[in-house]
Amino acid sequence: MNFKLRVWRQPSEGNEGGFEAHEVSGVDPEASFLEMLDILNEKIVADGGDPIAYDRDCMEGVCGSCSLLIDGIPHGPRQVTSCQTFMRDFPDGAEISVEPFRNSAFPVIRDLVVDRSPLDRIIEAGGYISVTSGPQPEPNTNPVRPEDQEHAMDAAICIGCGACVAACPNGSAMLFTGAKVAHLNSLPQGDPERFDRAHGMVAQHDEEGFGGCTNFGECQAVCPQEISIKVIGELYHDYRQAMLHRLRARRGAVKPQ
Amino acid sequence: MSMKLDARIPDGPVEGKWHSWLDSHRLVGPRNRGDYEVIVVGTGLAGASAAATMAGMGYRVKAFCFQDSARRAHSIAAQGGINATKDYANEGDSVHRLFVDTIKGGDFRAREANVWRLAELSTGIIDQAVAQGVPFNREYGGMLATRSFGGVLVERTFYCRGQTGQQLLLGAYQALQMQVHAGQAEVMSRHEMLDLVVVDGRARGIVARNLTTGEISAHAADCVVLATGGYCNVYYLSTNAKNSNATAIWRAYKRGAGFANPCFTQIHPTCIPQSGDYQSKLTLMSESLRNDGRIWVPRNADEDREPSEIPEEDRLYYLEERYPSYGNLVPRDVASRQAKIVCDDGLGVGPTGRGVYLDFRDAIEEKGEETIAGRYGNLFAMYERITGESPWKTPMRIYPAPHYSMGGLWVDYGLQTTIPGLFAIGEANFSDHGANRLGASAMMQCLADGYFILPHTVTDYLADLDTETDPNDPAFRETVLAAEERVGKLMGVGGTTAPSVFHRRLGQIMLDRCGITREKEGLESAIEDIRELREEFWSDLRVPGTGEELNQSLELAGRLADYFELAELMCADAIERDESAGCHLREEHQTEEGEAVRDDKLHATVQVWEHRGEDERPDLHHEHLSFDEVEPTARSYK
Repeated sequence: MNFKLRVWRQPSEGNEGGFEAHEVSGVDPEASFLEMLDILNEKIVADGGDPIAYDRDCMEGVCGSCSLLIDGIPHGPRQVTSCQTFMRDFPDGAEISVEPFRNSAFPVIRDLVVDRSPLDRIIEAGGYISVTSGPQPEPNTNPVRPEDQEHAMDAAICIGCGACVAACPNGSAMLFTGAKVAHLNSLPQGDPERFDRAHGMVAQHDEEGFGGCTNFGECQAVCPQEISIKVIGELYHDYRQAMLHRLRARRGAVKPQ
Repeated sequence: MSMKLDARIPDGPVEGKWHSWLDSHRLVGPRNRGDYEVIVVGTGLAGASAAATMAGMGYRVKAFCFQDSARRAHSIAAQGGINATKDYANEGDSVHRLFVDTIKGGDFRAREANVWRLAELSTGIIDQAVAQGVPFNREYGGMLATRSFGGVLVERTFYCRGQTGQQLLLGAYQALQMQVHAGQAEVMSRHEMLDLVVVDGRARGIVARNLTTGEISAHAADCVVLATGGYCNVYYLSTNAKNSNATAIWRAYKRGAGFANPCFTQIHPTCIPQSGDYQSKLTLMSESLRNDGRIWVPRNADEDREPSEIPEEDRLYYLEERYPSYGNLVPRDVASRQAKIVCDDGLGVGPTGRGVYLDFRDAIEEKGEETIAGRYGNLFAMYERITGESPWKTPMRIYPAPHYSMGGLWVDYGLQTTIPGLFAIGEANFSDHGANRLGASAMMQCLADGYFILPHTVTDYLADLDTETDPNDPAFRETVLAAEERVGKLMGVGGTTAPSVFHRRLGQIMLDRCGITREKEGLESAIEDIRELREEFWSDLRVPGTGEELNQSLELAGRLADYFELAELMCADAIERDESAGCHLREEHQTEEGEAVRDDKLHATVQVWEHRGEDERPDLHHEHLSFDEVEPTARSYK
């Protein structure tokens, strides 16, 4: 198969970027999108040019490294990660544009590589259960309803790729934030910190410069893990409760953790 | 012969060794822990759990990873599950049984004391993970669910659908982020370790390259922990992540750490077969699929019907026929070798002829779609996403692929390498899996090391450390200069060929001659070819751009330069191990049926290599293994 590519090139964060045209030919339809870029890169190097930088690692759709905006859609047309997008998904001879995930909170480091460290900082602000390592209680003394476990798991499978952010017209990271809150808050272990978690993570989310959620639903349409926008509703539920707790706390009735 | 191998295994019966060690090791008081800084390189299951635990104890921890976030380490891709001897299924499982299975699965080339400790700590890992909110699958009554895995006859594997590694890693990652929030830990993402700083024989820090800016700098600490994973990317096509590499452990080896059993690499039986030359990586399909999937090939080499139309009598269920008691659940090395044998016999399927069927037809009929979907739904979807074929309708095609390296840095019972102050945990060390790792044991080992063993052995080391690290010691500057020089050398070759082209060729050599089977002549010729290719690499490599920016070609080239050297050592090690054991099948040493034949008199040892200088033959040392608890027997899964 043959393709015409328009690839975003940008030497570093401070520099201006722009599209560069390339052609690749003789690509096997079974090659993944990233393998097609590899073929192109080997050709660029052989011709004396600078290869295109992009993030990738596991190539199985689970590490969340790859982050290409393909034809304007995060990860491309099939709602899977960039590495799981295959050239057979495109018509032969197609012209395809490739850009980095776009969001003001994700500055471009080079070409298609962006800085997604804000997502780590949102987790830092409460995306965990506060236990340290050591002897813990026997798990079966605290049964978890299988439907709760399933519900937690549906949210916990988030790979932190940031496609939701790149798709959102507001540049919101609420699907990411909501997924972690829904995971931990739907388990009995996560219950004691549920309000602080919701409050802390949303505060950090806003501080990073992400926009608010206004229910466009673009995030769930591109999420490679098919995480439902419902997690944002769950987050809001606990966030509202958290605000009430804080109000009460100011009156001295309940001390927040 | 300067290297001394003292495994420092505590005296006494095997079941009491770890407790007696815990009771007698030296402690650092809570108020003093903040005076010590520990560097952890790698943030997979082992690294993240170790970093989080030590930070939680009060040490200052600096964790390095080359990924953009600690959460992306390749442990994330582990699918099937994690073993623990909870015996919830009431099958008579015990620490002793997990110990025996692991020793036997490793074909009697692992250290008994370490394996016992691993089995003993297994249950605590589940408790720890559940407390962190890892959503393990549950039974209807809310109790934890388990399933069985290759090489064992009990159901002791805990799982989160087919994404157990992801969930366990996120648990450890979140624990680490909690410590970052508390100011106890710092994560240096997009940083790659290029060298180890050794001062007066002790590890005192590392040299790392900031992958974003290209800056190479030294980082001092009181001890260094390597949790940098395995080296199967030496084969180019493997199930490892594209950026997984051996540079950290290889640099440590060249600074004096012993490298143990480099030739022990596991070829995993259930991966999606290669489809073309452009391919950059192979995808594993969890071994748990072998619970319900039946493996077969057509009986006739000229079979041309669709698999679903091939009647029962024309199907060769070769594992069930040859191993009636374990059937499709034989250990990985056996399953891989048998797949190679049937494909060598011309019975392989798929466009390349290197593939076998993994068929769920019967399981779907017997157990219903819902049950099978609950167990493997996401794996089926993943297979379909990659191949475009649905396992609901047609059998999967699978073939073995390099997956895990049992070899790694030699460590003593305290997980310390031959360089004092340098520890190695998880896949980066050689310790617990002998010549073959059983399924669902990798995550168990990583987390046992990180949550429960290393934090105590590091404490023991630090309590006895009577000198402070001096960050102004000339060794730091010298090591930085050496790393810069190396980068300059790679940038300056001035050839025409991209590093990936060389990598592919190296992989082919290793896969052909140091892969599923090996023999002396092939290994010797492989060494010749590796040297030739290495010379070509150093004369025709082209690394575009500069060293002072994000430069992925440079990253690749640096890792590959180390792979060339490691590949040669792997072959040398495979030649020296003149027996078959587990994954290491020397064609000269096998039964008529292709089973491995060990030589316990000569080779019940760990082969440990000591670097002697560039282009000099390394010294070979042996740690002799004794088996007091399990009598070494020929493994039989029949």
